Amino acid sequence: MLVSIYRYNPEKDQTPFMEDINIDIPEGKDLMVLDVLHLLKEKDSSVAYRRSCREGVCGSDGLNMNGKNGLACITPLSDVVKKDKLVIRPLPGLPVIRDLVVDMSMFYKQYEKIKPFLINDTPAPAIERLQSPEDREKLDGLYECILCACCSTACPSFWWNPDKFVGPSGLLQAYRFLADSRDTAQDERLADLDDPFSVFRCRGIMNCVSVCPKGLNPTKAIGHIRNMLMQRST
Amino acid sequence: MVASVTSLGRNGLYDWMIQRVSAVVLAAYSVFIIGYLALTPELTYEAWSGLFAGTCMRIFSLLALLCLGAHAWVGLWTISTDYMKATGVRFIFQAACGVVMFAYVAWGILVIWGL
Ligand code: SF4
Ligand code: SF4
Repeated sequence: MLVSIYRYNPEKDQTPFMEDINIDIPEGKDLMVLDVLHLLKEKDSSVAYRRSCREGVCGSDGLNMNGKNGLACITPLSDVVKKDKLVIRPLPGLPVIRDLVVDMSMFYKQYEKIKPFLINDTPAPAIERLQSPEDREKLDGLYECILCACCSTACPSFWWNPDKFVGPSGLLQAYRFLADSRDTAQDERLADLDDPFSVFRCRGIMNCVSVCPKGLNPTKAIGHIRNMLMQRST
Repeated sequence: MVASVTSLGRNGLYDWMIQRVSAVVLAAYSVFIIGYLALTPELTYEAWSGLFAGTCMRIFSLLALLCLGAHAWVGLWTISTDYMKATGVRFIFQAACGVVMFAYVAWGILVIWGL
């Protein structure tokens, strides 16, 4: 199989380039893209990429494979390879540090902005803050996010305004805390999202939904935030 | 909170609502005009100017005109902040849009109300 991989080492290369490498894929097995990267690294140890858990939990190997973002470790070749060719690029829209490794600071900064922690100004109970099963259910489809950045880096609005638009991942988390019955800072949180960029740059094209490896739906969460903002102001 | 001074509603929610409400008004106006044209077999100058002589029609037209201005402003402001990264270029573009839109709205009012 022909693998075309994005290469860039700022210490050596003037500009990024695509390197074509032929990889022998063992017969009768459906490898994951991450396995192909390992085979590639055996051939050329200078290839740089991030990985850790190799089972879709840590969120470090988000990549663009044949044009679609996803986690290399849980993307089988049968899903992405077309005409015996696989093009691997770093997540789009973020600065490249080297090869497939991108600088995620912008992404984390947006995450930080939404205050991803419970705020509760009532006195702490002796043991824990309880939540009814119904209230807990509201967090399903939100808390599972692994911050892999596949969604935000597939979002054109995030490409154009990564410094101002929170992006699908951050907004999903924003809603995760807005929806939490134990949080008392709902109004402050909403006040922070009211500007023309943070939430309202979302154009609802749902790229985020189509790439999320966890099957989450940031667009829906963004819709909920918009409704909450509307209820607060009208 | 990202402060922004030039968006119409000065806040994302209002811009968003302006965009939606004006879209509905523009859609209603378009449907009305197209319907009128389709249902009027012989469109004479008298019929056409008669239509725009009524106060209701004038108010409706004025509303549609203002909505068009607001809709276009929010839309173009958004596009310019997406694609124009150089502040100078963006400022000139937004200023030009503002002037053109103001001119069209003012001119449209003159036409509708025949002042
Ligand atoms: S739906 Fe919104 S957040 Fe998701 S990709 Fe589209 S613009 Fe981005
Ligand atoms: S919402 Fe999905 S794609 Fe986006 S960061 Fe979370 S897990 Fe990744």
